[in-house]
Amino acid sequence: MEQNGRLKPIISLRDVGKIFYSEHKTNEVVKGMNLDVSENEFVVLFGPGQCGKTTMINLIAGLELPTSGEVDVDGKKVTGPGPDRGVVYQRTSLFPFCTVMGNVEFGPKSRGIDKKTRRETAQYFIDLVGLQGFENTYPNRLSGGMRQRVGIARAYANNPKVMLMDEPFGHLDAQTRYMMEAELEKIWQKEKRTVVFVTNNSEEAVYLADRIIILTNTPTHIKEEVKVDLPRPRKYSDQAFLKIRRQIEDICESTR
Amino acid sequence: MSKKKGDREAVMYAILAIASFFVFWWFITTFTAAKQTTPGPIEVIQLLIKSLFEPIGNYTIFGHLMVSLRRVAVGFSVATILGIIFGIAMGTSDWARAIIKPIFELLRPIPPIAWIPIVILFFGIGELPKYVITGIGAFTNVTLNAYTAAENVDPELIGAAKMLGTDEKGIFFRVILPSCTPQIFAGMQVALSTSWMAVLAAEMVGAQEGCGWLILRGNDTLNIALVMVGMIVVGVVGFLLATIMRMAERRFCLWNRMGD
Repeated sequence: MEQNGRLKPIISLRDVGKIFYSEHKTNEVVKGMNLDVSENEFVVLFGPGQCGKTTMINLIAGLELPTSGEVDVDGKKVTGPGPDRGVVYQRTSLFPFCTVMGNVEFGPKSRGIDKKTRRETAQYFIDLVGLQGFENTYPNRLSGGMRQRVGIARAYANNPKVMLMDEPFGHLDAQTRYMMEAELEKIWQKEKRTVVFVTNNSEEAVYLADRIIILTNTPTHIKEEVKVDLPRPRKYSDQAFLKIRRQIEDICESTR
Repeated sequence: MSKKKGDREAVMYAILAIASFFVFWWFITTFTAAKQTTPGPIEVIQLLIKSLFEPIGNYTIFGHLMVSLRRVAVGFSVATILGIIFGIAMGTSDWARAIIKPIFELLRPIPPIAWIPIVILFFGIGELPKYVITGIGAFTNVTLNAYTAAENVDPELIGAAKMLGTDEKGIFFRVILPSCTPQIFAGMQVALSTSWMAVLAAEMVGAQEGCGWLILRGNDTLNIALVMVGMIVVGVVGFLLATIMRMAERRFCLWNRMGD
């Protein structure tokens, strides 16, 4: 598995470019993107608003296809959506007509897993995100934080190689956000996966990331990478934490 | 607590309003010139009770009601199924929309009643033309609602389902269809009322039974009390049908109800 002394990457973007064509203009969103993410690494894509971060997630997810270059996940070229990649959305995008259990078991059910097994899997992840007792509740009765927990459990229930999280806590109030960051950290420690996490919040980035990829404005490419070696769980007020936070903010400022 | 009290008050007002209507009816048919032509409530209710046991034409009033309800049930069910299929097809497929929509938009404004001569010309005077006419009323409403609902399914939900490994069939039955149910039910509610109106019109042309025939028979024999009996039955049953649809909607769209 070793390649040039490094672990073989699970996600690999090679010269990826994405141009959207509309009637009146072409819009180059991603340009010459090269990125490797190794197994069980927590990578945060950090950049200004509207910088094509969501497009990056969609490219890895296969919901968009690159106009140039190639995206590989686990050694296979991405040609469309698939259950080896789990997505957690900013708007949660839970199925409103399914209960919590219905949402979490949606993936395993789609893949034809028998009822008993998929119920067990779903229950395990519902418990993991702390929603036991809400199995039969519909999403419209849940708070924003709880809905996002369902979103995380739903993505996990398919046991994907890769988790893609598109500003999952962007709509939450500050207090809930801190709680969810800590919660996600705990969940990830228990169920390690390769994560690509998008945010425009530097504090969230430093709290969660093994490595922060700082992106430029569109057409988006990588401005700089910052490794975060702080022990987990991290403290928002530590000197070392604040130092890295200032560092990435400075880099980001200089891109604008 | 206060909600229960509000409910009780609403029922009280409803009873009061209906009672006042009957008093008003009784008043004008007893003390004004209207008594020359119009039967009073007591006479109409006596006839209603009598016609529960004595047949008018081929059936008792209950029999006529059952005939009308059967026609609505058949026409409405078939039209609803077709409406859901056509509507969702238009909402999800560009070529289905391109083919169906122009014809649909041209035929949609024509009310079921306007179809009666053509339908009789094509299907004669048996049961089939009644099914067709009741169906036309329901079809446009259901189709239109299914169409707008299917067109507005959140694309991110479809994307999410694809990411979870759902195939095309699963996306249709487990995402698109359930997403559309609240709006389809809204369409079905209007559709059922329209069907119920259409069946009466259909029964006034070339029928020997049904609530519509009953009203027409009253008119032909200058029996205004019979006309009113027919109207009361139609009104009460129409109200019950709407109530049943609302209950069904509540049962099937539990997830869509906010608050309470």
